[in-house]
Amino acid sequence: MTPRNFAKLSVPAITLAHGGGGKAMKDLVDDVFARAFDNPLLAPMEDQARIGLSELANMGDRLAFTTDSYVVDPIFFPGGDIGKLAVCGTINDLAVGGAVPLYLSCAVIIEEGMTVATLHRIAQSMAATAREAGVAIVTGDTKVVTKGACDKIFITTTGIGVIPAGVNLGVANARPGDRVLVNGRMGDHGAAVLVARGDLALETNLESDCAALHTLIADLLRSAPGTRFIRDATRGGLSTVLNEIAHASQVAIEIDELATPLGDEVKGVCEILGLDPLYLANEGKIVAVVPPGEVQAALTALRAHPLGMDAADIGFVREGEAGRVTMRTRFGGMRIVDMLVGEQLPRIC
Amino acid sequence: MKYIDEFRDRAKAETLVVEINRLIEKIAPPAPLAIMEVCGGHTHSIFRYGIEGMLPPEIELVHGPGCPVCVLPMGRIDDCLAIADRSEVILTTFGDAMRVPGSRGSLLQAKAAGADIRMVYSPMDALALARKNPDRELVFFGLGFETTMPSTALTVLQAEREGIRNFSVFCNHITIVPTIKAILDSPGLHIDAFLGPGHVSMVTGISPYHFIADYYRRPFVIAGFEPLDVLQSIWMVLKQIAEGRCQVENQYGRVVPEKGNIPALAAVARVYELREFFEWRGLGSIDQSGVRFREEYAAFDAERKFTVPNVKVADPSVCQCGEVLKGAIKPWQCRVFGTACTPENPLGALMVSSEGACAAYFQYGGVPKRVPEHA
Repeated sequence: MTPRNFAKLSVPAITLAHGGGGKAMKDLVDDVFARAFDNPLLAPMEDQARIGLSELANMGDRLAFTTDSYVVDPIFFPGGDIGKLAVCGTINDLAVGGAVPLYLSCAVIIEEGMTVATLHRIAQSMAATAREAGVAIVTGDTKVVTKGACDKIFITTTGIGVIPAGVNLGVANARPGDRVLVNGRMGDHGAAVLVARGDLALETNLESDCAALHTLIADLLRSAPGTRFIRDATRGGLSTVLNEIAHASQVAIEIDELATPLGDEVKGVCEILGLDPLYLANEGKIVAVVPPGEVQAALTALRAHPLGMDAADIGFVREGEAGRVTMRTRFGGMRIVDMLVGEQLPRIC
Repeated sequence: MKYIDEFRDRAKAETLVVEINRLIEKIAPPAPLAIMEVCGGHTHSIFRYGIEGMLPPEIELVHGPGCPVCVLPMGRIDDCLAIADRSEVILTTFGDAMRVPGSRGSLLQAKAAGADIRMVYSPMDALALARKNPDRELVFFGLGFETTMPSTALTVLQAEREGIRNFSVFCNHITIVPTIKAILDSPGLHIDAFLGPGHVSMVTGISPYHFIADYYRRPFVIAGFEPLDVLQSIWMVLKQIAEGRCQVENQYGRVVPEKGNIPALAAVARVYELREFFEWRGLGSIDQSGVRFREEYAAFDAERKFTVPNVKVADPSVCQCGEVLKGAIKPWQCRVFGTACTPENPLGALMVSSEGACAAYFQYGGVPKRVPEHA
């Protein structure tokens, strides 16, 4: 970007004109997004980013392609914001498939009246998160809608990455005897966002765990190449991922409540509100199914990474009724861990 | 976590289970002992912590009617929807009530269709919304046993003090004792003992239950909701049976005072009067089992402020909620359990709330009960 692009956007708030396709929109795109995301693939400002195939082909043998929309409320919360979430979430959706994340798109729908300062803050957050993760936001779209037609801002990011040859993670790969690992405490994001909404008048130090997990996953796959499957435990939480594995792999899974890492504040929030932490969303946690022989290597690799220090072996895959997930409770009893029904918490990501 | 983990201690649980087994050996019941846990909170705990599977097969837990969301009849939900449909109304309610099906859908569906329905955590939140929206009519969908009755009453008293006129309550508060009596009077129904309600008793004290021990000769132990509370209460029930006693005992002494919460009871007495009868889903009409506002507080009574259809709607004929509530059949023995009636599409009320026996069974249950070693 050339310096003359700076501060063309002189109004304090976004209006419908900024989505109209004319000068105001160009100013908005140039001043807020292009300036923040600045990279060689975006710079020509064509209608599409042009990505060399040979560069991709050198990195692996399959393209990974994913998309996700972000509507979290509130848009700023302890530990992150909607922009950081939109970048991390899509990076993670690529990374859990074993892909090296490379490029993102960014489509935003803005409610008129949002301040330009807020939009700057979100774009800066996206840019910083992407830069730190080593991915580039290479194309995008901006729409402005009337007041009430959306809530502040909705962001859709689409990502592409490359899966190295030989990496074949799959939800149907779990086998009896495999162990189930997580990289840390569950439920921080869901609890933090819930508290950040402020309508519960709870005061905590909870922070979202929102983070890009691709380097952690790369470390895991290097140390435990036999890893069967990885998924990030976002909406629906740990229980949803476990149920998906049990159904797809036609196995039963048993986890141990005592072994499952949970922060005291998450426990407290759940006790007060009657929520089950197994269903709370995470934005920086994976569930990995690892063959028994590689458990130690996997745990060591996870714990050596700053995002996996509290990694734990929480349970195992077993023969038994296909699709059945159970938990040995801390009390010594056994209960079913079913899929979440309905919405425990709307607009969590 | 302090004050939580102590009540979920595995070693203490194991000791209690050993004691329970010892008492069962001593009692040697000819048929399994049917112990009804009255509250939905107990039911939830039993399933969430897998307590049933820890007990010997000689103990059968019967899941009682103490989930106020589950026993709300369809007609009341329809009346509530009629109020919510009015354009001037903001209807507020506890989250559990959102999914209860009426004859033309649930509050959640009405909300999606455009009704202004908001979830609150306390009636005071509803009153705050009334202050904030003076041009709207704020209606709180009040429901629950004596546990929540006082907070609704205190909110109404607060609204009266402040002269807030755009606040009213659609009152569905109910009282558990007449229903326990109705269950005990049901022909052909056999319950050997009760785990009594913990948080209801925190308000009412323990005196309302004496007739159950004295007249019906059933042990009655007021029980807390942590898993050790439930196990210890079962142990206390068995101890009474083993010693040939029938008494009201209070396991939940850390929360339940003998005489209850006197200011709360005073607020309840000031604001409410008993209804002649109230309709319970699955159980039918039970005399003096519900309350409404006294004449002095009629201005806060949404039923009087707005006209409601007040039509009685029969439960779906395939539903066997009533038989489950009375403990006559187990949830999975209902003809629509898990087929036509699931937590996603609840037909019967017991499938709606996480404290409903069927939903708890569907979500947490189905883990095979321990097979007796001598079998």
